[in-house]
Amino acid sequence: MGLVSWTALAALAAVLLTAPLLPGIVVRTKSFLTGRRGAPVLQLYYDLWKLFRKGTVYSTTTTWVFRAAPVVVLATLLTAALFLPLDGRAAPVHFAGDLLAFAGLLALGRFALVLGGLDTGSSFEGMGASREVTFASFAEPALFLCFIALVLATGDLSLSDMLGAPLAAVWPRAAAALTLVGASLFVLLLAENSRVPVDDPATHLELTMIHEVIVLDHGGPDLALIQLGGALKLAIFGALVVGVLVPRAGLGVAAAIAALLVGLGVVAVLVGVVESVMARLRLTRVPQLLVGAAALALFAVILLLR
Amino acid sequence: MRTAPEVLLLLVVLTDFAVLGTTRLSTCIRAVAVQGLLLGLLPLAFAQHVSLHAGALAVGTVALKALILPSFLFWAIREAAVRREVEPVVGYIASLLLGAVALALAFAIAARLPLPESQQELLVPVSLATVMIGFIVLTSRRKALTQVVGYLLLENGIYLFGLTRTESVPFLLELGVLLDVFVGVFIMGIVVFHINREFDSIDSAHLAELTD
Amino acid sequence: MRLIVLFALPAIVGAIMFRVPAHHAGRVRVGALVATAAAHLALVASLWVRPAAPLFHGWLALDALGLVVLTVASVLFFATALYAVGYLQRERPRGGRVFVTGLLGFLAAASLVAASQHLALLWVGMEATTLSLAPLVFHRHDRRSLEAVWKYLVISSVGIALALLGIFFLATAQSGVGGRPLIVPDLLSHARQLHPAWVRAAFLFLLVGFGTKMGLAPMHTWKPDTYGEAPSLVGGLMAGALTSCAFLGVARATQVVVAAGLAPFAQPVLIGFGLLSLGVAAVFVIGQSDVKRLLAYSSVEHMGLLVLGLGLGGVGAYGTVLHVVNNGLSKGWLFLVAGNVVLATGSSAAAANRGLVRHLPVSGLLLVLGLFAVTGSPPFGLFLSEFTILRAAVGAGHPWIAGAVLLLLAIIFVGMAALVLEMALGEPEGGAAPVRENRWLLVGPLALAAAVLLLGVYIPAPLHDVMARAAAGLGGSAP
Repeated sequence: MGLVSWTALAALAAVLLTAPLLPGIVVRTKSFLTGRRGAPVLQLYYDLWKLFRKGTVYSTTTTWVFRAAPVVVLATLLTAALFLPLDGRAAPVHFAGDLLAFAGLLALGRFALVLGGLDTGSSFEGMGASREVTFASFAEPALFLCFIALVLATGDLSLSDMLGAPLAAVWPRAAAALTLVGASLFVLLLAENSRVPVDDPATHLELTMIHEVIVLDHGGPDLALIQLGGALKLAIFGALVVGVLVPRAGLGVAAAIAALLVGLGVVAVLVGVVESVMARLRLTRVPQLLVGAAALALFAVILLLR
Repeated sequence: MRTAPEVLLLLVVLTDFAVLGTTRLSTCIRAVAVQGLLLGLLPLAFAQHVSLHAGALAVGTVALKALILPSFLFWAIREAAVRREVEPVVGYIASLLLGAVALALAFAIAARLPLPESQQELLVPVSLATVMIGFIVLTSRRKALTQVVGYLLLENGIYLFGLTRTESVPFLLELGVLLDVFVGVFIMGIVVFHINREFDSIDSAHLAELTD
Repeated sequence: MRLIVLFALPAIVGAIMFRVPAHHAGRVRVGALVATAAAHLALVASLWVRPAAPLFHGWLALDALGLVVLTVASVLFFATALYAVGYLQRERPRGGRVFVTGLLGFLAAASLVAASQHLALLWVGMEATTLSLAPLVFHRHDRRSLEAVWKYLVISSVGIALALLGIFFLATAQSGVGGRPLIVPDLLSHARQLHPAWVRAAFLFLLVGFGTKMGLAPMHTWKPDTYGEAPSLVGGLMAGALTSCAFLGVARATQVVVAAGLAPFAQPVLIGFGLLSLGVAAVFVIGQSDVKRLLAYSSVEHMGLLVLGLGLGGVGAYGTVLHVVNNGLSKGWLFLVAGNVVLATGSSAAAANRGLVRHLPVSGLLLVLGLFAVTGSPPFGLFLSEFTILRAAVGAGHPWIAGAVLLLLAIIFVGMAALVLEMALGEPEGGAAPVRENRWLLVGPLALAAAVLLLGVYIPAPLHDVMARAAAGLGGSAP
């Protein structure tokens, strides 16, 4: 464990505060590209404010698992964010092998969400849960391949180093491989955050939904926690993509944090563009996309192994 | 990783995977067209100074592999009114994984081959990988047209290997090789067209009358 | 200069015939075909009398092996051209101009293959041979010929693409070594300095690539379908001339690998492919019901014998060269006779053609004689060449190879005899009155049969000299 630096915490706070902006930017980009006015960029803040003031209604068939799920989801994501070197230097928490803890926390959050969905006993939620887990089983190997590539590139086993100064040092040598990793991570971002072409966050047809259907029974503050978690997850994956593609170790602290926030904004715009130009894939084709992302990461690994 | 050829070669591999992973024939053809363009640009990227030889070869390659052949294949699918490879012999995920294995194998083989003076260390592995992926497409798809695309990938891979030895094969011969490939694909395209007319499908699985 | 005319003449005439105006076009085309074939044969004969000097810095030159292949192709083509006169009177293949142009294009490409000393140039010619005959396989435009031409095109193209990769490997092996790139004599004179790993890889790719075009097992799968569906005279050219050209490619690869001192690596591979081809042929010949498919498997058998002789070395190389000549001529003979049968009854199935000797006396007799010739019975030339190859096997200390080959040849003889004798002597279903046969359809096969018989009895001294030189080039010797 290293010492907690103030800059790292400041960066984390900045990211937490701006995370709910990202879905707004995505929606705005989509509206702009399709010629509509669209919701305000700050819409998610208003939604969260509204939801937190509401009460909750729990179905009588649910147990404590259902109530714990939103808290666990948000808690795991917050903890995972602690492992990322958001200021371009070092994360608040870092140790060799923390990438496993990071991936494990993401998996735990997903597990809680899925259990919460199953706990309702509704077949819709069960269906969504099954899809979520199926796709996760394709996405996680791809994520690990990306991490392996980064480990090979930097020779370090800690996310702080893999995305920090050592990465900046190898960039000139391994640009092509790292670009591939970035592309692979971007596909994973789309899949993990239930974006087109994997899932459509705007749909209300239960048969085709994945993420939205699991949280169908959550309401009030619970839903707010889950939505905040969703925004945070987008920010975390965005920070991974930006961290790989834009090494910021050479910049000053303020510049590095600003660069990260701008980078997150660009990622959100990109997501919006993808959502505007692509249709959602058939469910059976989604694994193909994820295997493709894994193949990209594997290619990067091969390039780095030479 | 600084040079333009490396980027072009990586894009070649990505087009290989695009062919492996897509169900749409038009995407397949587009990917091969992009690959033809990349192949045409490679000699220019390699050349220290732009020579007449490299320029003419680039123009010839781009014209044939990126423009004429793809538009001819597009004509064939328009005539045949097919858009998708319905049921490949090997599924898409499996063929993507096979492609990844082929890629790893290509790099492993290339690392062990004694290469004389390597101008571009990525060239040989990418060439071998493209050859193998072409082979996978050829053998794992049922549509006659996808098989033609696989053959084109195979030829592109061999062309890439030929780039390591540009001094051995003079310009006229390279044109001869290009021309042969062109005529070959042209005749295959005509046959695809006739298969479609005769069977109302370009599924080469229909071609199973002749057996022992 | 004559070397250029060799392939330029058929190419130019072929191009002109594609554009000839419709009026009397049929006769003009046939006339041009025969005249070009005769001129080509005369040119080849003049090359025997007075060898031509190498051209274009040695890119084009005719060595002994190339001369043998060229002669086989030219003689066979002349016989086929005469046959085509009668054939085109009877059949009107769709797109007659494609037919004649394709044949002439094949002659041009085959001549280019035989005369080129630059391996990439040889490849260009080889691919052209494949492509020039493809439209001819497809001449009937029905489902079966579609299937045949698709298999032929895809398998041959992929095979020959691998051969191109092999050629590039050879160029890589040559880097940093003296000599002009990919020129055969320079490759041979610097063979010892070539990088052995690349030479081995190149040899394997060339063997598999050109072996696919030869129809070696297990790359032979296109062969029965293509030979079965192609018009018989095209089948004859494929089985006789095209395979000889492809063999030339394999032989060039063997020359290099032997000169590089890697014979112990190459020979078992060649022998393996040879025995496998013989075995596959033996399995599929039994119970065959179609004479053209039967001949295709017989061709697989003979391709196996060719690489077997190549792999055994010594006198086996001489036997192989002699076998190239014998196989080329006898395959032409049999396919043209099979063509007569198909023209008469419209089918090449044995069941539809019983009692040929009564129905088509000359063709029936030629078919029976051809059976004995092609299975290597004395006094035909194939007996001599097969015997030489067997002698090489025993001489090289592999009596078990000789034994296995003899056994397989015996099985193939039984299988072929069962079908051919059923056709020739079986009881016809309807009454079969003797038919007066078209002379144009008999000249070719008769001439080829006479040549095969002659080669079994007496080999002219100049031919022996050239074949001995060719065998020496392959690392072997004359008996």
